[in-house]
Amino acid sequence: MKVHFILNGKAVEAEGRPTDRLLDVLRHVFHLTGAKEGCGEGECGACTVLLDGRTVLSCLVPLIQVDGRSVITVEGLAATEKGHAYLERFALKGGTQCGACTPGIVLSGAHLLQEHPHPSHREVAHALAGNICRCTGYQAIQRALSEEPEAVLDSTLLPAADAEREDGS
Amino acid sequence: MNPASGLPRTVDEALLRLQERPDTVALAGCTDWMVRDRLARADAPPVIDLLAIEELHGIEEIATPPSEAKRPAGADADPTTPPPLLRIGATTTFGEIRVDRRVVEGYPILAEVASQIGSRQIQNRATLGGNLVNASPAGDSLPVLLALAAEVEIASPDGRRRIPYDAFHLGYRETALGPGELLTAVLLPPPPPHQAFRKVGTRAAVAISKVMVAMAAHSRQGRWSSMRIAAGSVAPVPMRLRAAEKVCEGAPIDVETATEAAEAAWGEVEPIDDVRSTARYRRWALSRVVRRLLLEM
Ligand SMILES: Cc1cc2nc3c(=O)[nH]c(=O)nc-3n(C[C@H](O)[C@H](O)[C@H](O)COP(=O)(O)OP(=O)(O)OC[C@H]3O[C@@H](n4cnc5c(N)ncnc54)[C@H](O)[C@@H]3O)c2cc1C
Ligand code: FES
Ligand code: FES
Repeated sequence: MKVHFILNGKAVEAEGRPTDRLLDVLRHVFHLTGAKEGCGEGECGACTVLLDGRTVLSCLVPLIQVDGRSVITVEGLAATEKGHAYLERFALKGGTQCGACTPGIVLSGAHLLQEHPHPSHREVAHALAGNICRCTGYQAIQRALSEEPEAVLDSTLLPAADAEREDGS
Repeated sequence: MNPASGLPRTVDEALLRLQERPDTVALAGCTDWMVRDRLARADAPPVIDLLAIEELHGIEEIATPPSEAKRPAGADADPTTPPPLLRIGATTTFGEIRVDRRVVEGYPILAEVASQIGSRQIQNRATLGGNLVNASPAGDSLPVLLALAAEVEIASPDGRRRIPYDAFHLGYRETALGPGELLTAVLLPPPPPHQAFRKVGTRAAVAISKVMVAMAAHSRQGRWSSMRIAAGSVAPVPMRLRAAEKVCEGAPIDVETATEAAEAAWGEVEPIDDVRSTARYRRWALSRVVRRLLLEM
């Protein structure tokens, strides 16, 4: 089947089987390798992306359910000025070491900051419970996110998602 | 029908599709299906997307049909306007349930369990209907639905029917849903004033429960009434702890009743040993949780 969706703010189409994983489509069709396969079972969070503005695990999203929606990956986040600055601050504060978990963590963080501009320790812990990091011990990540000055998702990425939702599609 | 993809957009269209192609898989949040079933099959089965069907989604208050406007003993009597039911569409996600004002205020144990299902990413996709149809012994929402005396609505080619949750979940991963049928909604009766829930797992998130207990009750003059206690993960299906309920019925709301009910609960479950826990631990945990919740509620 052919699906049409908004990827990082741009309209795209992809051909595939309805049950192909969004993770594979992103990596192999669009060559966006930020989302990673850790477990392939929903446990690790390395494949986290934003679907219509919410964090989801792309290893568990079938292509058919992407039709008419908006997808944001870490590449889309990094391409905006706000997002780039956020990623730099995150790295400077030691939020990343080997980097395997980072694309997922920064998207979970971006979504959290969108909902709670000044998240508590608890809110950060809840938001990141589905993202496993073997390196940092989470302390630096906690600090990086609680010190973020404001929402980090650029409006050029988000309105597309909102417009799609209002269509009911 | 979606003109571009030819996929169903209404429940009736979906039912028709399931009738025409009985091997069609109805996908909801896919947090069970993509993990358990997708890899098990090399072929690409025909699928329909339940998330694209608007009438399956969302939370609304609906009027109680007058014939059903019976209230549990102990509720404040107001014979004029029957209280509304809360209807939760099958594809409503736990993320949506967790923050819905009517759920948070009226059915706090459902909001609480929703916030404890997997991680945020799972909650943003996992649906209430999927949790019911998946019918795992460790399905976290299930004891809560049992304690709240929820009903489920099923659509089949012959029409719609409503059955109580305990007539829906029949055995290990077995439900009353027939081939070609869809679960369309969960209906909650007016909120009981006392509710409590506890999930005992291993890690805060992404933990498969070892034991869950949900309870809901009314009270009158310092005594329990209409007590419903449900336990999950201790049997193939969530079970009512009838002996513990019986201890509470009409008994004073105090430590003695809680202790006695906890002892009754100990005696009425036959949990199993498995990789997640032992029968002994489950029984001990269950009894402790029953006591604690009765004191908190
Ligand atoms: C990492 C991880 C953590 C998890 N943690 C928990 C947890 O803590 N507690 C818990 O209870 N569960 C947990 N789960 C399991 C799962 O998320 C839930 O059972 C979820 O509610 C399933 O809903 P879904 O919409 O994703 O179902 P799907 O995977 O879309 O569907 C499951 C099955 O039900 C059928 N189906 C779905 N909806 C309908 C309908 N309306 N009518 C007819 N058939 C239908 C589908 O055809 C499929 O066969 C977890 C899963 C993962 C991957
Ligand atoms: S790869 Fe998707 S959660 Fe691990
Ligand atoms: S930085 Fe290595 S896993 Fe998180």
